[in-house]
Amino acid sequence: MTDQAYNFAYLDEQTKRMLRRALLKALAVPGYQVPFASREMPMPYGWGTGGVQVTAACLTPVDRLKVIDQGADDTTNAVSIRRFFQRTSGVAVTEATAEATIIQTRHRIPEQPLSEGQILVYQVPIPEPLRFLEPRETETRKMHELEEYGLMHVKLYEDIARHGEVSTAYAYPVKVEGRYVMDPSPIPKFDNPKLNDSPAIQLFGAGRECRIYALPPFTKVVSLDFDDHPFQASKAEHNCDLCGCGTSYLDEVITDDQGSRMFVCSDTDFCATRQAEGHRGRLSPEAA
Amino acid sequence: MTAILTGGFADPAPQSAHAFRALLEAMARPGRIHTVLGAEPPAPLSVAAGVTLLTLTDATTPLHLAGAYDCADLRSWIAFHCGAPLVSAQEAQFALGAWEDLHPVTQFKIGDPAYPDRSATLIVEMPELTATGARLTGPGIAAEARLSLPETAAFQANRKLFPLGFDVILTCDKRLAALPRSTKVEAN
Amino acid sequence: MYVAVKGGERAIDAAHAWLAEERRGDLAIAELSIAQIREQLALAVNRVMAEGSLYDPDLAALAIKQARGDLIEAVFLIRAYRTTLPRFTASTPVDTASMTVDRRVSATFKDLPGGQILGPTFDYTHRLLDFALMAEGEAPAAPRSPAIGEAVPHVTELLDQDGLIEAEPFSDLTPRDLTREPLELPADRALRLQALARADEGFTLALAYSTQRGYGRTHAFVGELRIGRVAVEVELPELGFAVEIGEIELTECESVNQFKGSKIEPPQFTRGYGLVLGQSERKSISMSLVDRALRWKELGEDNIGAPAQDEEFVLSHCDNIQATGFLEHIKLPHYVDFQAELELVRRLRAEAIAAQKPEDAA
Repeated sequence: MTDQAYNFAYLDEQTKRMLRRALLKALAVPGYQVPFASREMPMPYGWGTGGVQVTAACLTPVDRLKVIDQGADDTTNAVSIRRFFQRTSGVAVTEATAEATIIQTRHRIPEQPLSEGQILVYQVPIPEPLRFLEPRETETRKMHELEEYGLMHVKLYEDIARHGEVSTAYAYPVKVEGRYVMDPSPIPKFDNPKLNDSPAIQLFGAGRECRIYALPPFTKVVSLDFDDHPFQASKAEHNCDLCGCGTSYLDEVITDDQGSRMFVCSDTDFCATRQAEGHRGRLSPEAA
Repeated sequence: MTAILTGGFADPAPQSAHAFRALLEAMARPGRIHTVLGAEPPAPLSVAAGVTLLTLTDATTPLHLAGAYDCADLRSWIAFHCGAPLVSAQEAQFALGAWEDLHPVTQFKIGDPAYPDRSATLIVEMPELTATGARLTGPGIAAEARLSLPETAAFQANRKLFPLGFDVILTCDKRLAALPRSTKVEAN
Repeated sequence: MYVAVKGGERAIDAAHAWLAEERRGDLAIAELSIAQIREQLALAVNRVMAEGSLYDPDLAALAIKQARGDLIEAVFLIRAYRTTLPRFTASTPVDTASMTVDRRVSATFKDLPGGQILGPTFDYTHRLLDFALMAEGEAPAAPRSPAIGEAVPHVTELLDQDGLIEAEPFSDLTPRDLTREPLELPADRALRLQALARADEGFTLALAYSTQRGYGRTHAFVGELRIGRVAVEVELPELGFAVEIGEIELTECESVNQFKGSKIEPPQFTRGYGLVLGQSERKSISMSLVDRALRWKELGEDNIGAPAQDEEFVLSHCDNIQATGFLEHIKLPHYVDFQAELELVRRLRAEAIAAQKPEDAA
């Protein structure tokens, strides 16, 4: 049931055309941040307005939409955004990664590899990878223009000098097709390798900062590193306590006031699917 | 006159949504051919080019009409359905025409070094459009793709300008494909 | 046994229901009507219209009611609604010189054509709580006098006749539109003023205050402050002339600022400008001071590094809807990022401790 007071997927057609033109330019120049006239949405800036606008521009009545936050379909903001689209577009929704045609995400890339025909829409808070090294947009725009990324390399190298490794654990910068340095949104660096050479279309929307950028399928995306300190996608050294998976990204849950902990897949669909297939972890009901 | 008032999207929101998904997929996977529906523009405009105009252009997008496409019927149809202001090639955000009429393609905007997105998109009407001919590689293409391009030299020159350059949507009848500036083009 | 967190949907529904109940408050107390808010909390309504960039007192009053009096939340409701409205046309520029003024004061001349009109101001009230307002049924009436009907020229025009104030070059260019195009820097004055007109009142006030205290000092006086109604006209192509479609209330402030002159300009006064929807006096004065401070470059002044001189800083942070959204988003779950940091910190600590061990042994 859709809310008839609003156009399909909330936005008016003129706004969608503006977004759509920006998306096509974003695909034509992978990793480059296209400015767009972000609109005020009925959810707050910083809560996914960029992703919501990108999804609204791409959505067709026959899509199946999945929305995740921290990898989970049932986190409150994911629920809120999914409901928004159910209400304003009437599209089918799903929690199954493989069944979704559009997946809007905050902070994770699903564990299950994506396929052709899928679009992954990222919510991006600060699209500018150089922002924390240089707060001025006027300066960072020049740096991208001149391909002047020395500052970023200096920062990463200082990390290595001080800590023995790069101390960026999420929103780890990448270079796209050897040209633009890009912020992959605050995904854990564990997810970075999935950005590269993906068969799916990856779109990034930053509403408050008015930027859209994109990775076409099969685009070369390299996490910045050094020959003597190659990039490593790391995660907690545990298996999922519910499904036993040893290769998925984990949430740490504190289970009592003694500081006991358990580790569970952050991707709820992935974990539930594995449990349904009979996989068990240390604290699964049968094992407990 | 009636021909001018008809031929637009009857139900713009879903029709433009489907059309845009085809355009998005086309731009994301250079060389891949998609079929689109929903526009019935007056001659000589193809269905696919008509759908592209309805989906992407409006009063905010200066449009250049080249050659046979700069005719009274099309001007009126575009004014009524899109409202795009008609401009010279140099000022155009979108340009429409047969390949030879768009020449020299170096006259179109290629963007600004700080804003490479401010470049023209050429909608090229093709006598035929098939997945044969020039070899395409680059972002969006797993190994290689083939597309019946009108030539290769102009696209190779455009690729050399990257990240600047124009982007191209090729249309023929109900079919369309795209060639972004990022694609490497080699003659067959 | 741990069960993965489920039930986001139920939690949201319950929260919404509770919020609605809290909004209504004690059922024994009469419910506020939109008309009551519009008429009796008019300055709150004006602020919501100004920062919401939508002139509609009834909708602003509704937003205030729905937002439980949280004005930034109300501005947000208005902005989100505004997004869905089609844009039919753009009006011709409003003519504030022909404003029907309710209030018009100048701090630079004791008397002037059109006169000083105090209007409904708090200025000379003693800020003593009026306990009579706690009793109900009072219907105060103010004495009336006939409208003067005299032209009320802008004070800066009078100064302009003598060349004492910088000339404001006329331009027919269509200004860029902040609500339809992403902000691009550097911004021209029209775009800066547009951003400031919808900027957060508190932020604008604090910046203006900082210029008075020396952070980009501009020595401002209120050349003129006027509040009143102006006609809104649109050109109809079919008719070939402009027709009036309604009236809006505006507050306009022109500040007059000292200027020593530069290599190219003789000493003269310079301008700061503020124009805000509704009766929004504090905001329009603040806006004119910030506008003036941001003009350092075109006037050939020094940039002393004051926040109010920094266009990128001011324009990037003046919008309270952007600010509050991003600020409050840190309430959203960040477990994934936090987990990534936890894992990194644990590993770095383990390495650091391992590296210290040999020294401890020595």
